[in-house]
Parts: sequence; structure tokens; C-alpha cells
Amino acid sequence: MFNPFSIEGKAIFITGASSGIGRATAIECSKMGALLMISGRNPVALQETFDQLEGNGHVQILADLVDAQAVANIVDQLSALDGIVHCAGFTLTTPFQFVNERDLSAVMQVNFMAPTLISQALIKKKKLNKGASIVFISSVSGVYCSSVGGSMYSASKGAINGLVKGMALDLASKGIRVNCVNPGMIDTNIFSEGIITQEQLNEDKKRYPLNRYGKPEEVAYAIIYLLSDATKWITGSNLLIDGGYTLL
Amino acid sequence: MEIQEFINCFAAQFDDTDPEIFKAETKFREIEEWSSLTTLAIIAMVDDEYKVKIKGDDIRNAQSIEDLYNIVKSRM
Repeated sequence: MFNPFSIEGKAIFITGASSGIGRATAIECSKMGALLMISGRNPVALQETFDQLEGNGHVQILADLVDAQAVANIVDQLSALDGIVHCAGFTLTTPFQFVNERDLSAVMQVNFMAPTLISQALIKKKKLNKGASIVFISSVSGVYCSSVGGSMYSASKGAINGLVKGMALDLASKGIRVNCVNPGMIDTNIFSEGIITQEQLNEDKKRYPLNRYGKPEEVAYAIIYLLSDATKWITGSNLLIDGGYTLL
Repeated sequence: MEIQEFINCFAAQFDDTDPEIFKAETKFREIEEWSSLTTLAIIAMVDDEYKVKIKGDDIRNAQSIEDLYNIVKSRM
């Protein structure tokens, strides 16, 4: 059957695969026949994702990508990639007057520095095949809007947005495409620390024209689209996935 | 930790409310300026000043400033 959206046989490296969007992306990619290398920090959660992958030959790499040595080790282990999906990320909800260097560094490190430097190292070492696709998870936050207490997270996602455009230009001659997806709120455990209450989340859901938060696999499908050869002529773009949130 | 000091820190998170109205028994959610942002500011203030993590639900379950003070104090 003709399927320009196929990712069958593509070797794809996914960070943050132990939960949320990263886990869903890994699982959906495996169902579509991709060969996966997944990384995460939590061994139990990463194993849970790994156990849900379909097909054979997948690899899991336990690593904290904030650690430069861990990044170097991963880069050595990987080769001949057709895709990278940078899903590792977290948020801290802090009113601006309480922003401090420690928290800001932590958010920028995980959400911005680590994916940037992993990409850089993989490209420098020529670990990406021609025609490879790199997908970053940006957000509606920091690109189209923000949220109360979300300045640090917005900054990190805005930084990703800018990075993608510059990288896309610089890597075009290598035939490597760089894009990001910009999800609105997705049902993950990103707010599990409880600063935002379930009641507030339920109220927030009503602000979405499509009347609910997104599902992790709905972001995964957009990522798969950008990994596939159907998007060979798409680079430096943002793909908005927000249930209509930013229309209002 | 003194309750008056806690009340002062609590009051400092407001910009348009008369500081005089902040007492131990003040029902803080009835204050006109109270919002989702002040909720976040109180959580961050408690973390900053007292090194105690409280959640949105802790604030929801407290009626007065003193209720919240007692929650914070119990976790120090």
C-alpha cells in the first residue's frame, strides 16, 4: 500500500522516553516499524516504555542528559540515525518575582541546553544519515502565549523555537531537516507536583475550543509526520497542536 | 516562626490590598485581589522563606491565614 507517511525501518533516537510525550512517541513509532533507541533517567519507567515497544532490535539507554559525560557516552553508542526526537523536559511554575538562578539554570539545562548539545554532538560526529529529521518539542508557551508562573518554561521553549530555525538553515545543506511541534496542554504528569490543583486543571480544560487537553499520542502522530519522508521539504517549521487554544 | 512574620510575608504578595486587613483570621480567598497568580506567589514565598513545599490543595483546604501558617509550621 502506498504510504508516504511511513517511518518503517528508520532508526530513531528519542529522549525523555520514560513518560508522557516521549513514551507515547516511542510506542507509536515502534508500531509503525521504526527501530528505536530510547533514553530516560528513571530505570523502572524506561523499562515500562521499553516493554511496550512493538518489534525487535530496540535499545534503551539509561542516562541523565544534563550530564556532559552521559551525553558523550550516548553519542558514542548511537550511529546511523534517521531521526531524533527531543522529548525530555519539565516545568517549574513560579511567579516571576520568585525566579532564581538555580531554577532558571535547571529549566534551561534540561529543556534547551541538553537537546541542543546532543544534536550538536551527533551532527559533529556524523551520526545522522542524509535525509534525517530532528524534531524538538517546543510548546504553545513561549511561542504563541504563556501562562501564569510560566516565564522560565516559556523562555526555554521560546529558545527551542529560535534554535530550530537557525539549525534548519545550517543543516539544510546536509539534507537534515529540523522542526518543532508546539503542543498545548497534554495529559501527562507534567504538573504532578501539585502546585496547580486538579480543580484548576479541570477549569483550564474548558478554555480549549476542542474541549479537552491533548493526548500524548496525538503529539506523537505529529512528530511521526515530521519524521517521515512526507515532510522532506519541511524544515524550520512549527507545527501547532493545541485543540484550538491559541485561536481565542 | 512567628505568625506575624508569616502574615507580613503573606501580605507582601499583594499589590492593591490594604496591608491592614491581613490578620491571622483573615479569610484570604475572600480578598478581592486573590487570584491564581497570588496562589502561586504564596506557594513560592513559602518555599523561599520557609523551605517548605506546599501544594495548591493545601491552599484550597485552608480558610484563614492562620490555617495556612499551621500547615507550614507542621512541615518545618
